[in-house]
Amino acid sequence: MELFDHVFMQRALIEAVLIGGICAVIGVYVVLNGLSFIGAGISHSTFAGVALGLMVGIDPLWTALLFSTLVALSIGAVSERTNLKHDTSVGIFFAATMALGVMLIGLMDDYYVDVFSYLFGNILALTATDIWVSAIMAALVLGIVILLFKEFLALSFDAEVAAVMGLPVRKLHYLLLVLIAVTVVLSVKSVGVVLVSALIVTPAAAAFQLTVNFRRMMLLSVLFGIGSALSGLLISYYIDIPSGAGIVLIATVLFFLAWLLSPRRKRHAQP
Amino acid sequence: MNTDLSANTGGTDPKNAITFSNVTVHYDQLPALENISFSIPEGSFWGIIGPNGSGKSTLVKTALGLLTPSRGTVRTLGREPAALGSLRASIGYVPQYADLDFSFPLQVIDVVAMGLYGEIGLFHRVTRAHRKRAEEALRRVNMEEFADRQISALSGGQRQRVLIARALVIDPVLLILDEPTAALDPGSAEGLYGWINDLHDRNDMTLILVTHDVGVVSQYVDSIACLNRTLVAHGRPKDVLSGESLEQMYGCGAVLFGHGDVPHMVVKHGGDR
Repeated sequence: MELFDHVFMQRALIEAVLIGGICAVIGVYVVLNGLSFIGAGISHSTFAGVALGLMVGIDPLWTALLFSTLVALSIGAVSERTNLKHDTSVGIFFAATMALGVMLIGLMDDYYVDVFSYLFGNILALTATDIWVSAIMAALVLGIVILLFKEFLALSFDAEVAAVMGLPVRKLHYLLLVLIAVTVVLSVKSVGVVLVSALIVTPAAAAFQLTVNFRRMMLLSVLFGIGSALSGLLISYYIDIPSGAGIVLIATVLFFLAWLLSPRRKRHAQP
Repeated sequence: MNTDLSANTGGTDPKNAITFSNVTVHYDQLPALENISFSIPEGSFWGIIGPNGSGKSTLVKTALGLLTPSRGTVRTLGREPAALGSLRASIGYVPQYADLDFSFPLQVIDVVAMGLYGEIGLFHRVTRAHRKRAEEALRRVNMEEFADRQISALSGGQRQRVLIARALVIDPVLLILDEPTAALDPGSAEGLYGWINDLHDRNDMTLILVTHDVGVVSQYVDSIACLNRTLVAHGRPKDVLSGESLEQMYGCGAVLFGHGDVPHMVVKHGGDR
């Protein structure tokens, strides 16, 4: 197919597999720990990090990585040290970091195109460096998840008993928030600040509908994530829409199909 | 392991599984427990009773190091709860059932094997030997044929037994059960209490049962501690539930009503915080 002769298309295909896969892996923990809103908060905070990079003139990836990690840790710390519920502290950070990003963008003169691509993503405009950086970060996240597989499982199912057994649940929780931040940042150029949290949550949520086995949920989530990313990429290539939108809409369709077929839903609906 | 239980002189700390000395615990400025002092000897079977919101769960969570007292000292297996270290591998804890999400995609055997995670250690994997031990723990709760079942497909009583198996898999010297019968109907609850009692008889362990089901429990336990933010009374059931303590027991939210020879008690619900 001539489609695959283009270098930008080859890069996009690699990137789609990378981000579709890694978002889906982290998404399983996000969904099972009830961290979806935190994921959305972290991904929106990336906008301020991107704006900062564009303003200072360094690759927005690094400023975004730094900024999102700090925000992820702050959300954790604020929830822990105040009597605010998780969603309240996220709500505050969500708006504050967006406001900061908008302010920084407003201070710049010539910004429109770059900002738009970070907001909604453009998987067809990646450099070779982008792919390498994504691949290294994805490998890092995946490696940590594999190394701490049972620890994250215990944290997700029963953090209290995990703490009684002596697992470092607090550190694991913060580490999970940082892994969410890294995953968001590595996906942001392709899917965009606004939509990346959907790529994390939706494939995992679809997988949850179809299985009651943890490993199978992980596998299905990855299949849905990569499938959504690849089909979204093709859609954005042929009908020229932002790639993030195509990817997330495909993932959403998959979710509704999974929900319709879900044995969980049927059991739930029984009187 | 505790070697000679009969030699318990009650003197030194190692002979007590848990010792509370003037313990006060605050939750968001409010005192959840005030000035609690008593000891639970090794090898004994204690019931912690009191109405909802009386601080029963707070008490055991403090002993486990999940909460830190604002005043006083706690010694669990002779150590400060925060410094339990490797002794954690000797403590089994069955938290309140309602706090867990049983739609979580896990099989019974996986949940039971989770009890070994602390012992297995960071980065190491669950081996076949660990799964064998998990199967053995399931046998102890008569659930061996449910090993591959999804936890979402179990009844309330079965789920409770799986959580108990998860706590038993490490052969604990101290086992703490927080309201294990909350999800059960009265018949199943009584069955589970009898079964827990057998468990204590067969094993060399200290067993602590948090409950508001005084009547049934007093048949089995060696001692009870009656909480209502403060320690209202503690001691052998027949002493605590006798006439002199009766008035105090009202303070603990318990109502005594006689039918037959055995005094039956229930604890009034309410007063939640």
